[in-house]
Amino acid sequence: MTYQDISYFAQTWGLLYLIILFVGMLIYAFRPWAKKKFDNAALIPFKED
Amino acid sequence: MSFLTIGALGFGALLGAFLAANAVDTGILAYGLLLVVFCVVGVFWVMRRGDDTGGPADPNSAIPYNDAVVRAGVIASTFWGVVGFLAGLAIALQLTFPVLNFDLPWTNFGRLRPLHTSAVVFAFGGNVLIMSSFHIVQRTCQARLAGGWAPWFVFWGYQLFIIMAATGYLFGITQSKEYAEPEWYVDLWLTVVWVVYLLVFLGTLWRRREPHIYVANWFFLAFIVTIALLHIVNNLAMPVSFFGVKSYSLFAGVQDALTQWWYGHNAVGFFLTAGFLGLMYYYVPKQAQRPVYSYRLSIVHFWSLIFLYIWAGPHHLHYTALPDWAQTLGMTFSVMLWMPSWGGMINGLMTLSGAWDKLRTDPILRMLVMSIAFYGMSTFEGPLMAIKAVNALSHYTDWTIGHVHSGALGWVGMVSFGAIYFLAPRMWNRSRLYSVRLVSTHFWLATIGIILYITAMWVSGIMQGLMWRSYDSLGFLEYSFAETVAAMHPFYLIRTIGGGFFVAGALVMAYNVFRTARGDLREERPYESEPVPVPA
Repeated sequence: MTYQDISYFAQTWGLLYLIILFVGMLIYAFRPWAKKKFDNAALIPFKED
Repeated sequence: MSFLTIGALGFGALLGAFLAANAVDTGILAYGLLLVVFCVVGVFWVMRRGDDTGGPADPNSAIPYNDAVVRAGVIASTFWGVVGFLAGLAIALQLTFPVLNFDLPWTNFGRLRPLHTSAVVFAFGGNVLIMSSFHIVQRTCQARLAGGWAPWFVFWGYQLFIIMAATGYLFGITQSKEYAEPEWYVDLWLTVVWVVYLLVFLGTLWRRREPHIYVANWFFLAFIVTIALLHIVNNLAMPVSFFGVKSYSLFAGVQDALTQWWYGHNAVGFFLTAGFLGLMYYYVPKQAQRPVYSYRLSIVHFWSLIFLYIWAGPHHLHYTALPDWAQTLGMTFSVMLWMPSWGGMINGLMTLSGAWDKLRTDPILRMLVMSIAFYGMSTFEGPLMAIKAVNALSHYTDWTIGHVHSGALGWVGMVSFGAIYFLAPRMWNRSRLYSVRLVSTHFWLATIGIILYITAMWVSGIMQGLMWRSYDSLGFLEYSFAETVAAMHPFYLIRTIGGGFFVAGALVMAYNVFRTARGDLREERPYESEPVPVPA
């Protein structure tokens, strides 16, 4: 495998893979039905006492 | 559990004796014997404490938290903070008045400078991170720290790492990698301690009662895992002898430089940023008594920050033998870091939304908010300096030193002080701090100190960069190097004065923490919670 092959792979499939990961993370964070879950998660520091 | 601990310590003592007996230099002889002392004292300490691995500070607590190890962390953080800041003041004085090098090998700038950086980053910052992560993971999981004596091994083992590293520098033992100066045997010891730290943290997450893992713990986990990775790869080296201090790095030339700055920049990114963001996401909501502005933004902050940071290291090697594309890659990722950094800063600051009046009456919250402001400022300045055209002026000048200190003193220092003030009364089960007014004194001393420091370094650094690149009409350099050094003297003096203010603030904190631990309460006028009406 030459430098050119690795570079081609990184700039096409690698880029695509990372974009999919990033979009997946955004969907995970902003999907509307998780609003209650994350609102509750934000209150965790206040649960101990 | 105690038998396992005593067995491990016994093995450590034998290993130390074996190293000392076969030592080919005084370094390994001394550190072998130190390991024997550490393990033997540890055996007696564990036996004397019996089953007492630490209980909750509040005797009425429903969950048997291990607050004793957090309390030890408050003491260690305060102590190493004062030591590290004093070392910084000493080397600032040496730069201003070189006679203070005393012409002795042990006191010259070259040996004291890594002592300062390691003392503030690893001794002070590291203890704050271990202390806070142990506190926060217990409270947000509603579970006791995992592993019996293991958290204590992490705490004391980390102190031994600091002692070995710091004394080594003074005696001239170094592998000459910036922020990774300790030699191979210290690196191996830290690896053992760090793996136990990771296991304690994971074990505590494993036994959590709260189904969701709070975002602060994600930042801590990223910090622990990434530091393990960086530490191991950058320190890959072959010792000349297994009974001697000297080793040679596995890497050479530009590969060594890139590995070093992949490590160095991510020490900033994951030790001094991700770890301390874990503090921000817990202590700011707690102190403001309101949840974080947007939990969803905190998730985006986390993933984008840890993804982008790891690529930014090459910006330390602009205009070097590093291939041009790699420099551009480092610059591009540094510029992209603006987004998660500012997203996180906005998330922290907006947590105060609707409660800004608390800044007037709560100096601890004021400290935390100042730290977020400095986080925003230094993460704006960093990407700017990573742009090649700006870096051509700023690199190798005092501007870099100023930038590092706006992050280190402003962001890391202030958020750490906030955590220490938050924890001190709670970990000793006191009704409040000895003095809240003294926190305000500390706030102003530290803030004035930082401002003197960074403004002096901006002026000095840009002046230095411009003097280096100025040519006369015939193409000769306008200034000799000695002339640029002489021109910086007044700014070095201002920087030293700023450092003096910062040290004074830390001493006020140490006094306040000491009196709080003793259970004293200073009689003082409390801060008004309502504005005082002005007579008509």
